[in-house]
Amino acid sequence: MKVELQNLTKQFMSRHKAGEVVTAVNNFTFTIPDGKLVGLLGPSGCGKSTTLYMICGLQKPTSGKIFFGEDDVTQLPPENRGVGLVFQNYALYPHMTVKQNILFPLQNLKGADKLTKEQMLERAYECAKIVQIDELMDRKPSELSGGQQQRVAIARALVKMPRVLLLDEPLSNLDARLRLQTREEIKRIQKETKITTVFVTHDQEEAMSISDMIVVMKLGIVQQIGKPQDVYNSPANLFVAKFLGTPPINVFGGEVKGGKLCIGGEEVLDVAGVSDCKVYVGIRPEGFILREDGPFTCKLQNVEVMGRDVSIVATNNASENPIIRAIIDADNLVDTNAENVRFALKPNKVFLFDKETEERIYLDGQKPTEIPR
Amino acid sequence: MANNSMVESRHPWKAWIYLAPAIALLLVFTVWPIINTVRMAFLENYSGLKSVGGTTFKFGLGNFVKVLQYKRFIQCMKNTVLICFLTVPISTMLALLISVALNSIKGLQKFLQTVFFLPYVTNSIAIGMVFAAMFNIVGSFYGTENELIVTAGIINNIIQFFGGKPVNWINYGSTYAANITVMVIYIVWNALPFKILILLGGLQSVNKQYYDAAKVDGTSRRRIFARITVPLLSPMIAYVVITGFIGGFKEYTSIVGIFGESMGPADDKGRLNTMVGFIYDSLSTNSQGRASAAALILFGIILIVTLIQLYVSKKRVHY
Repeated sequence: MKVELQNLTKQFMSRHKAGEVVTAVNNFTFTIPDGKLVGLLGPSGCGKSTTLYMICGLQKPTSGKIFFGEDDVTQLPPENRGVGLVFQNYALYPHMTVKQNILFPLQNLKGADKLTKEQMLERAYECAKIVQIDELMDRKPSELSGGQQQRVAIARALVKMPRVLLLDEPLSNLDARLRLQTREEIKRIQKETKITTVFVTHDQEEAMSISDMIVVMKLGIVQQIGKPQDVYNSPANLFVAKFLGTPPINVFGGEVKGGKLCIGGEEVLDVAGVSDCKVYVGIRPEGFILREDGPFTCKLQNVEVMGRDVSIVATNNASENPIIRAIIDADNLVDTNAENVRFALKPNKVFLFDKETEERIYLDGQKPTEIPR
Repeated sequence: MANNSMVESRHPWKAWIYLAPAIALLLVFTVWPIINTVRMAFLENYSGLKSVGGTTFKFGLGNFVKVLQYKRFIQCMKNTVLICFLTVPISTMLALLISVALNSIKGLQKFLQTVFFLPYVTNSIAIGMVFAAMFNIVGSFYGTENELIVTAGIINNIIQFFGGKPVNWINYGSTYAANITVMVIYIVWNALPFKILILLGGLQSVNKQYYDAAKVDGTSRRRIFARITVPLLSPMIAYVVITGFIGGFKEYTSIVGIFGESMGPADDKGRLNTMVGFIYDSLSTNSQGRASAAALILFGIILIVTLIQLYVSKKRVHY
């Protein structure tokens, strides 16, 4: 089921100042292709959860429309939309067993959709098998681990065979190891059921690792939409560049002069075709090449050996961050006693942003991401 | 830490000094009366006055046998049990519905909360007098020919307004059923505020996401109430029911509030007396032995009922 959002806007009355309007989601237009896993990504307060709740129907948009396939569902209450929602803290009914929890949505069905007891049980066990909790059906939620509770919540959402599955911060209540395991699990379940799935997260790694598409949001406004790798490789503005990637991108204040990019007075890169202006320069940690005659000089602070890679921690006066982090192959030995390191830069890992608008300035050979259909 | 106590004091005797006033009061007004009650209950025909006069009393179960042989006591027990089993379920159900309704509205919630809480801070004798006036009849059903039914209290006025026949609720010649009805209405009304307070507090601590989840799943309101609200509130409901029964067995003031110390209509005094009323009456005739035995019987009943409820709620109360 394709999900289409048209100029979706949600405004709240401010809780702090009477009469003041807060725009949580601003003019969001986007089509989620059928059967894809889409991550809504952004820092807290960016409107991602509000968007999810509007798709779900728990919140009504101030303006704009939502389509499931060809159906306009904007005015439909949640129960008539055919959505399954998994809450951040799962909201499993604590007084019911796993089985009763999963059966609960089915027992609500009325009229033509009504199922017999056997059909309900069959469906419940089917879903429980998909999320691999069919052994735990008679336990209470309090007797389950966080990861198992999560699966029960997903099973409860899946059992109605929803047209769209919505997950609100699905991994934030799990510990680090379980998080890794569960995100693979979500990906697998989504692939297996082929249900169009939208999930919300503030963790870029989580979004990058499992989404077919990510939507990066900030203060209610969509910043960029695309495949995770595309967005990482070609961020549309400084915010997106900073938000994606661990370790984070290195940002410098710089200037384009006569087709050359200068950082702190050094001409570090040829940027033919870009007119002279002040810029922010974003360089991914993997965008540095260690070279003795490299044009970019930084003060060496520390070298962290991580096995396969070596992380060089350095400083530079033009840097916006307190430190610069460059990741290079471990084969490139570094003289840890040297005062300075010199780098050359990989042009496709260097992003220029207008100093005023913080929008991307594309170099030769770089192009904006495409929104997949 | 080898020591288990949370705070270690260099002067343990200080703690005892701080505790002394409370301990003294507890010993004098709680512990000793309890011990003394048990003692008096087992001394046959014990009377405080005679005891002072030097009479000694035989140890035995005589007081209990006597109490149980009193027809009046059996009547008191019946009244008490009837009032308990009528008022507790009714007031709990009503309180549940009202608190769910209160919890779901936004605008006047604080105001209505106050309104529903008012009976709690009002003197129950005062409430009783108002209720007595409301259910009263001015004039008489059985007056002279010229003076049949003159004016009735507001409840009878309302009944008449809707074309019904006025009922003799509490006056001379009223029926037992009418009396009990008035008592049940009054006690339920009086019991509501505390129950609403507890249940509303419980409701407000229920995670709203359960309701969102139920909404997404298209759960009907009735089913949400029965399958989600009530189970999630079950610890509070159990608490309210158990304390309600304990309070119900100790019912006394509300009867006095409506019928006065005669504990019944003028033609049948003592008809609505309760177990606490019986104990009180025994004391006023200086039969402390009998009163103590009745008190222990009441204690036994409350204990058994509470244990049964705890046993049931262990099975029915979730998590």
